[in-house]
Amino acid sequence: MNALLAGISTLSLARWQFAVTTVFHFLFVPLTIGLGLLVAVLQTAAYRTKDDAYERATRFFGKLFLVNFAIGVVTGIVQEFQFGMDWSRYSVFVGNIFGAPLAIEGLLAFFMESTFLGVWIFGRGRVSNRVHLASIWLASLGTILSAAFIVAANSWMQHPVGYVIDSANHQAVMNNFWAVMTNSTFLLAYGHVLFSAFLTGSVFMLAVSAWHVRRAHDAAAFAKSIRIAIVVTMIASVGTIFLGDSQAKQMEVQQPMKMAAAEALYTTSSGASFSLLTIGDLAGNPVFQVRVPHILSVLATNTWNGKVDGINNVQAAAAKKYGAGSYIPVIWILYWSFRVMVGLGFLLLALGAVGLWLMKKRRLEKSHLYLRFATWMALAPFVANSVGWIFTEVGRQPWVVYGLLKTSNAVTLIAPGYVAASFIGFTAIYTLLAIVEIGLLIRLARVPTPLSEGALEPEPELIY
Amino acid sequence: MLLLALAPSGLEKLWFALIGVLWLGYFFLEGFDFGVGILVPFVSRDDTDRRVAINTIGPVWDGNEVWLLTAGGATFAAFPLWYATVFSGFYLALLVVLAALIFRGMAFEMRHRRDDDAWRRWWDRALFWGSAVPALLWGVAFADFVHGVPVGANATWTGTFFDLVKPYALVGGLATLTLFALHGATYLGLKAEGDVRERASALAARLAPLTFVVVTAFLTWTYLSARSMHHEGLVPPLLPILGLGALAAVTWLARERLEGWAFVATAVSIVALFTTLLLNLYPNVLVSSISPAYNITIVGSASHPYTLTVMSWVALIFTPLVLAYQSWSYWIFRRRVHRPGEAGATHASPVG
Ligand code: HDD
Ligand code: HEM
Ligand code: HEM
Repeated sequence: MNALLAGISTLSLARWQFAVTTVFHFLFVPLTIGLGLLVAVLQTAAYRTKDDAYERATRFFGKLFLVNFAIGVVTGIVQEFQFGMDWSRYSVFVGNIFGAPLAIEGLLAFFMESTFLGVWIFGRGRVSNRVHLASIWLASLGTILSAAFIVAANSWMQHPVGYVIDSANHQAVMNNFWAVMTNSTFLLAYGHVLFSAFLTGSVFMLAVSAWHVRRAHDAAAFAKSIRIAIVVTMIASVGTIFLGDSQAKQMEVQQPMKMAAAEALYTTSSGASFSLLTIGDLAGNPVFQVRVPHILSVLATNTWNGKVDGINNVQAAAAKKYGAGSYIPVIWILYWSFRVMVGLGFLLLALGAVGLWLMKKRRLEKSHLYLRFATWMALAPFVANSVGWIFTEVGRQPWVVYGLLKTSNAVTLIAPGYVAASFIGFTAIYTLLAIVEIGLLIRLARVPTPLSEGALEPEPELIY
Repeated sequence: MLLLALAPSGLEKLWFALIGVLWLGYFFLEGFDFGVGILVPFVSRDDTDRRVAINTIGPVWDGNEVWLLTAGGATFAAFPLWYATVFSGFYLALLVVLAALIFRGMAFEMRHRRDDDAWRRWWDRALFWGSAVPALLWGVAFADFVHGVPVGANATWTGTFFDLVKPYALVGGLATLTLFALHGATYLGLKAEGDVRERASALAARLAPLTFVVVTAFLTWTYLSARSMHHEGLVPPLLPILGLGALAAVTWLARERLEGWAFVATAVSIVALFTTLLLNLYPNVLVSSISPAYNITIVGSASHPYTLTVMSWVALIFTPLVLAYQSWSYWIFRRRVHRPGEAGATHASPVG
């Protein structure tokens, strides 16, 4: 065992563990945020119109939301503590700044989510309808707030602001909390993450509704949910794309290496073209490429002939500023993750636009091809979310806090055996959870609305 | 401005106290959640009984767990070195706690989702072990904080997993395990109706003497060794006596059906026990078993005053709000949980 481990460092194990657990957490998080809001919208419609179809839709998607929420919670607990476990030198370095939003997130957001969700689950018939409706809105607000604080913490790592370095203790020390919470990187990333979470929720609702519409299950309820989902998909995809585009421009200024690597652009160019895809290597000798002239310059700088920095130039500048060493992240990961994310963004925009058009033509229920396609698109936001974070995080390497702390100096000084144990343990547990969870979600999503029209399910005395 | 006027050391002490309060809140609240999770198999004869027991904590368990998350986040922010050293040092133990909390959390939302006995049995096991294991290990961890772990110069960890599970720490673990189980029993006596309530109160009466013995042993050991340990922690004389006194009353209170008072008694003993440990720790946050020079202290591990001040304002403004709505949710669910159709089924009028 030790011989086997000798070749594997604590650093690479810790990185793998963080990547696996975080991507896993973030599979469920955006669905919680998006579906929470949509369930609140459905319940509001039910409350306002007294229409039973909305009530059934609320309960149907509410159940899926709860099952998903549970796994978001338990994987989040691991996130909270693994900084200390695997990244203790990081924790000491950034605790003054990174810890504050994390603590505030607990106080402001997690208490709100969990308490009002408890009221929502168990309060039906015990609190008035208005209070019951308010509780789902407050729970949803809690998820939206929680995203704010954690993304602010993450954005500080991408673009540190509002701090000074205490060199005696080798710590970054906060001197302006307001600057941390209004970091330009944060404002754009928060918008992008929120819209992409709403998109995740709406595409999920669209996909499930489409499956039922095709089978003519509870036509009244699913006709309502699919329409809401299409409208939200349209709005959220436009928002996601718009903010993502702004992030790309800001990145060219704040982290030029990430932009250059995303395009595998080696030398600084003006009027740079954008490659849609590349076959062959990314080291500058492609076998086959599809290129769109000037688009990279437009993407990165908003001007037709704008100058985009190349990898070699950024590397030289970084080596001069920070000392010898490689400042180039893994290029193929960046190149492909960026393309997949952007490609899926436009695909989801099309999903919303076509749906809207079919709605207008009153042909939605009959367009089986579209409905079938919509069901498959359920996967797209999950892929886009994962590659989005992979792009953001891998592109920042070798830094964990950009320009201040390298990932290799952040890891806990501990024998690799410990990290191997936890990596294997978490991966095994998470795999098991994924099987149980996804199986259950699919099973519940296929129940053709358990409630017959008119007669709502009698509320059981005991819920769990 | 009051906060700014305090000397830096005042701010640091304040945050040690606040984090202490978060842990106390966590053990008081999740203490009975753990207890209920442990006792479900012992107070039920069938699945409906199990559901009665679990539903007494259904609406509140997640909110209770957030006390832990906030304690963790606040420790990270206010005492980064404490956070970093403890969680990397207690690596494998924490791993086990996290795994337990994962299975436990899933059990609540999953067990009723399929009408299948095998499925439910698995989640019931997850609930039991997911509650019992952390109930034991939190006691082990706090005992280790007080008695010290092998921390060397510059807060580097020099020990192994086995340095964490020494006899004193194990007694500490047994103390919290029995105490939380008892706390769960008094809670069930207070919140359940019918057979579950009867069995829980009977169980509380029988469990109390055992708990009393274990906790007394742990506290005695703590006090006898306090002087020989490498630190100068506070040793309050009355607090542990108050806690033990409360524990001693539980059997009688449970037999007399003073369920509310029995619950208050277990709550008091939990608060007294952990306050004693935290005072023992003061002014350190983690004691080194190698040399007092390596102790991690409040002052040595604290964040700069700016961070602490920002956090103080946030805590000052939002803590009352959180306490208000959490209490409100307990108020809404104040009715006892009973089997469908059983006595007490008259619905209280909706609130709000
Ligand atoms: C953009 C949103 C977002 C991101 C990037 C993260 N989370 Fe998360 N997290 C949430 C959004 C969220 C949420 C929506 O609030 C969750 C998801 C499901 C849920 O139940 O709440 C949640 C749950 C959740 C919980 C459990 C809360 C509870 O018991 O109610 C913890 C402790 C964390 N998260 C901590 C983290 C940490 C330390 C992260 C960084 C690595 C992280 N999360 C990334
Ligand atoms: C909002 C909080 C955060 C999110 C959502 C997030 C997201 C991610 C994602 C998705 C990855 C996967 C990249 C891959 O697969 O390689 C990743 C990797 C990583 N993250 Fe973060 N992260 C967050 C905060 C942090 C923090 C606080 C640290 C500090 C220790 C950190 C350090 C790392 C490291 C070291 C990797 C591995 C990078 C690599 O292998 O190239 N991240 N993160
Ligand atoms: C045309 C469409 C899109 C563009 C131009 C775009 C652009 C970007 C950019 C530039 C980043 C990196 C920000 C940084 O590293 O600082 C990013 C990150 C990210 N993207 Fe996208 N994106 C698009 C579509 C999507 C879609 C459809 C989703 C999900 C449904 C998504 C989810 C994410 C996530 C979760 C991150 C990581 C968080 C962040 O840094 O904001 N993106 N995106």
